[in-house]
Amino acid sequence: MKMMTYAEAIREGMRIKMQKDPNVFIFGEDVGAFGGCFGVTAGLFDEFGEKRVRDTPISEGAIIGSAIGSAATGLRPIAELMFIDFLTVGMDQLVNQAAKLRYMFGGKITLPMVVRMPGGAGVQAAAQHSQSLEAWITHVPGLKVVYPSTPQDALGLMLGAIEDDNPVMFIEHKLLYSVKGEVENEKPIPLGVADIKKEGKDVTVIATGKMVHDALKASELLLKDGIDVEVIDPRSLYPLDKETIFKSLQKTNKVVVVTEENKRGGYGGEISAMISEDYFDYLDAPVVRIGALDTPIPFSPTLESYVIPNETDIVNAIKELI
Amino acid sequence: MKLSNSKIVDMYKTMIRIRKFETQAMNLFAQGSIPGFVHLYLGEEAVATGVCENLKDDDYITSTHRGHGHIVAKGGDLKYMMAELYGKETGYCKGKGGSMHIADATKGILGANGIVGAGHNIAVGAGLSIQYRETDQVCVCFFGDASTNQGTFHEALNLASVWKLPVVFVCENNLYGISVNQSRHQAIKDISDRAVAYNMPGITVDGNDVFAVYEATNEAIKRARDKKGPTLIECKTYRHRGHFEGDPGAYKPEKEQNEWLKKDPIPRIEKYMIDKKIVTNNKLEDLKKEVDKEINEAVEFANNSSYPSLESVVEDIYTDIKEEVRVR
Repeated sequence: MKMMTYAEAIREGMRIKMQKDPNVFIFGEDVGAFGGCFGVTAGLFDEFGEKRVRDTPISEGAIIGSAIGSAATGLRPIAELMFIDFLTVGMDQLVNQAAKLRYMFGGKITLPMVVRMPGGAGVQAAAQHSQSLEAWITHVPGLKVVYPSTPQDALGLMLGAIEDDNPVMFIEHKLLYSVKGEVENEKPIPLGVADIKKEGKDVTVIATGKMVHDALKASELLLKDGIDVEVIDPRSLYPLDKETIFKSLQKTNKVVVVTEENKRGGYGGEISAMISEDYFDYLDAPVVRIGALDTPIPFSPTLESYVIPNETDIVNAIKELI
Repeated sequence: MKLSNSKIVDMYKTMIRIRKFETQAMNLFAQGSIPGFVHLYLGEEAVATGVCENLKDDDYITSTHRGHGHIVAKGGDLKYMMAELYGKETGYCKGKGGSMHIADATKGILGANGIVGAGHNIAVGAGLSIQYRETDQVCVCFFGDASTNQGTFHEALNLASVWKLPVVFVCENNLYGISVNQSRHQAIKDISDRAVAYNMPGITVDGNDVFAVYEATNEAIKRARDKKGPTLIECKTYRHRGHFEGDPGAYKPEKEQNEWLKKDPIPRIEKYMIDKKIVTNNKLEDLKKEVDKEINEAVEFANNSSYPSLESVVEDIYTDIKEEVRVR
């Protein structure tokens, strides 16, 4: 067992795979000797050299396109986008190309590629560097989407993502990079397997990314009121582990879905709709959804923290639900 | 550059294979046998032929919405192509892609593409992979004049140049971005001028002269295989039809069309072969008959094939997820 930060765990996942497979390599803006904007690739340039840890020009379309072209011809690229927000610049390459080529070509090509993207707010980076764009990418058939919340999951999901033969979008929360946690093993986590972060019997909270931590804090606070919260982290947004959610609902019959996305049109809405459609008979109350306000993310710390949901919002929602 | 007679005959055959395939596709579309959109390569045959004659099976190409010619020239099978145009299960893409998305990984064909300019960066990725794996392959990226106004053109040429990737950028300047004449979509005449910005060679050739195209590409490919980096080749050509079938092309002045029809690459190579006594008129007729037979077989194959089963609609999205996507 090792203590590791979330950033170190992501790096360790890449490192393990690069050591084993010469076809795994990394490229993106400033990922080389500079070590990446958030330091996630620090040291990899020294260990693996320029060929396998490459700085690219600031060209998001070319970064994603290079991942597609190299994945289609035998390599297993890991492309880093400096912020998930920059996905917009390379969106055609991701949505019309990476996601669809295999299908349009009748399965003739395979695209084993990982695109890493720091998302989320909390560092006063304002509206173009703080978004949670889960809904945009989970909406697209052909992509898989994962979003770890702990160092253990970050390492395991990175291994799982690199092993996967499909384009995997790997969302990282920038506020979690420095969060430390125990890493018990270096086993890949299969995509599509949720994790119960805390068992409970009264209400299920389904949370993603940093919101998993807020949900855990809320569950601590609610213990005083005798409310026993179960916290589920899907970890993989697509494929989604419906079974774990269903089992929890059979026990608690109440559910709160928490994501950091703008509430309108978020993936949290998709999870809520899925539960309402498929498990309505197991619900004692309507599904509760918590998200960010439907505003762009503001810069000023007071405004930003007001927009983003936190443990108090979760506590209040659960109290109302119960 | 001295080409053997048999090579010239091969090139001619590829050109008429494209011409006849496209003419047949035009007729089948008009009859209603081919659904969707069809963008024909008629008039541009010398480009794909001259370029691909230089390529090996394991070299890559990326193609465009007007891709049939590239695929034929790179060795694509007419039967599977025609079946794909019909939307049949025996087609290259099992009926899931259609005219704009034909790919054949075994022939290095990384796919036609329905988004203008989208192939540029994919070609760069293939070039990166070649450099990374240290093979002597090359990737040819085909694209039209209008796509050179997309940001992807700049991104791709910049990256290919700074990393010295083995990519040959082949611009088919057919004078029109859909209905808009080149003079109205960019303030330059020669697209090869843009190569200067990327510190790579840029050359303009007569795209209706298959030998000129062959020669320019030959040099560019040699350069790429010698690890000297990319080249931009502009081939000036003309599409005989509208942007897609159904577009009468009213925006193309009659005088311009007539002038270009006089430069049609196929009568041109035929005259060359007769003048140089490479073939007789009888031999030309025999070659045409051989190709007609191939085309007829392709149409028959497509006609006799079945439409895909509804089961298959969930296949080939992911390598490992199928039935889960069958939701309504």
